[in-house]
Amino acid sequence: MANVFAFVETRGTDVRKVGLEAVTAARMLAEKSGGGEVHALLLGPPGIAAKAAQVGQYGADAVVVVEHAGLANYSPEVATATAADRIKSGGYRAAVFSTSAQGRDLAPRVAARLGVSVVTDVLSFEIEGDAIVVRHPMNIGKVIATIAIAAKPAIIAMRPNVIAPAQNAKAGRVENAQPSIDPATARVKVIETRQGGGGKLDLAEAPVVIAGGRGLKAAENFKLVEDLASAFGNAAVGATRAVTDDGWRPHSDQIGQTGRLVSPELYIAVGISGAVQHLAGMRTSKTIVAVNKDKDAPIFKVADYGIVGDVFEVIPALTAAVREAKKHH
Amino acid sequence: MKIAVCVKRVPDMDVRFRIGADNVSVDEAGLKFDINDFDAWAVEAALKLKDKDAGSEVTVISLGPDVVQETIRKALSMGADRGIQLKADKVPFDGLAVAKALSAELKTGSYDLIFFGKMSPDSSNGVVGPMSAELLGLPCVTAISSLEIAAGKGTAKRELEGAQEIVEFPLPAVLTVDEGLNAARLPSLKGIMAAKKKPLEVKPAQLGEPQVTVRRLELPPERKAGRVVGEGAAAVPELVRLLQTEAKVL
Repeated sequence: MANVFAFVETRGTDVRKVGLEAVTAARMLAEKSGGGEVHALLLGPPGIAAKAAQVGQYGADAVVVVEHAGLANYSPEVATATAADRIKSGGYRAAVFSTSAQGRDLAPRVAARLGVSVVTDVLSFEIEGDAIVVRHPMNIGKVIATIAIAAKPAIIAMRPNVIAPAQNAKAGRVENAQPSIDPATARVKVIETRQGGGGKLDLAEAPVVIAGGRGLKAAENFKLVEDLASAFGNAAVGATRAVTDDGWRPHSDQIGQTGRLVSPELYIAVGISGAVQHLAGMRTSKTIVAVNKDKDAPIFKVADYGIVGDVFEVIPALTAAVREAKKHH
Repeated sequence: MKIAVCVKRVPDMDVRFRIGADNVSVDEAGLKFDINDFDAWAVEAALKLKDKDAGSEVTVISLGPDVVQETIRKALSMGADRGIQLKADKVPFDGLAVAKALSAELKTGSYDLIFFGKMSPDSSNGVVGPMSAELLGLPCVTAISSLEIAAGKGTAKRELEGAQEIVEFPLPAVLTVDEGLNAARLPSLKGIMAAKKKPLEVKPAQLGEPQVTVRRLELPPERKAGRVVGEGAAAVPELVRLLQTEAKVL
């Protein structure tokens, strides 16, 4: 039996889905260890405390709430110091973070501060005797490593979308705390968080991802992809490296080896040939659909369902059909 | 300015990997190696600063066996000034062990800026930069996609999921580099010739004791072979039917 720590990622006063995934993963680890408690850290600006109940719903026995006006933006140094202090004093067997932009920044800092190692992009975990054993993709997902973590606490960062947040209501007793350092004294300061395209679903979190490639021929033709995404209603739009290198889409939209890794329920590749560098970012998607005019395009080797055809003809037809199908639900 | 860049030699990913006989490493036979892309962009970031301030010195550090000297020479041929190899038989997966060795060297250099790539594709863990920063006690900004340095201060941009952060930090600092910051320059013939004469120091790596160990490597299960539903817009109704009834995603 062992207690497990979870870092609940927030943006502004919102809890991010990966934050609830971390709580769910921590709950699973606590159960696997014979039933310990999950303690979640919720850090943010005034208003964040209201989200503690939600964190309890997903399996936190205790929610440590650190509300501070200086935390409107992510503060790496405040988050590191506060999480490290809590993990140290709590005597946890493991601490769970997210492999998001924020989690990738935070988890290694916290681990180094505690003098322990960290494994990111974790796909699954087990407890085996004294070790926590995790699976972690290497070589852009072409090799899967099984890694034993001897360190205590074991620090892991989960890959987004591999564990669905599960309701499992626990007490969620709230413990109010102060940040370990005053945000005003932090050396590194996020002075602004610019939201891109308000309300758009995030690539890593969206159940459906529609991605466009060079086959769309011009930046303005991404409208086809956006229309299909809006027909689904729960879709995010991504792009290939060729497209982001050409400036048709921002680099943050790039799915692939050097960009974002996604594993949605449904991935639709529009005018994408399927270069190795792109496949690295999406091959773990549950269902893959490809539309491409070249029947020999490598994308068809990984696509569960392919349509050989002109994207300018197929995608509008698909958009209309999806809209129709959604109407009947 | 004194600038350090930590670089890693990694295999080209555009191959079908084989697992080695020990089951815990990738068979390196036939693999092509080069500097990690993110690290090449980190070298470029350092060289851009040197372009503006000719008095700057760029030191390239790589941990690993003697073959990493090729990787260091590549960075020297791009324009870095000197290299340091932290000699080790192999690069462990454990990012803390690597960060301990690098930070032990970095703390002796009084660098104003220390660059890393944000991750390497082989271990795909992305922790060595921020862990080194923490061990050094330096301010750190990870995964930067833009950078301005002026008057002992820096401003960088980070790409988040659906958002960007604008970050300010004081020097000295550790920065890890994302794609989009720049495009790495190619070594010129003159640069390649000059690199041969640039100093490259070899020191033993003071690796920490590993706390995480790779137990085995496997190739992921192949996706089942793709299926073409049909051609053109006429195939859309069948695709929609399959998404509804077979994949159950619509």
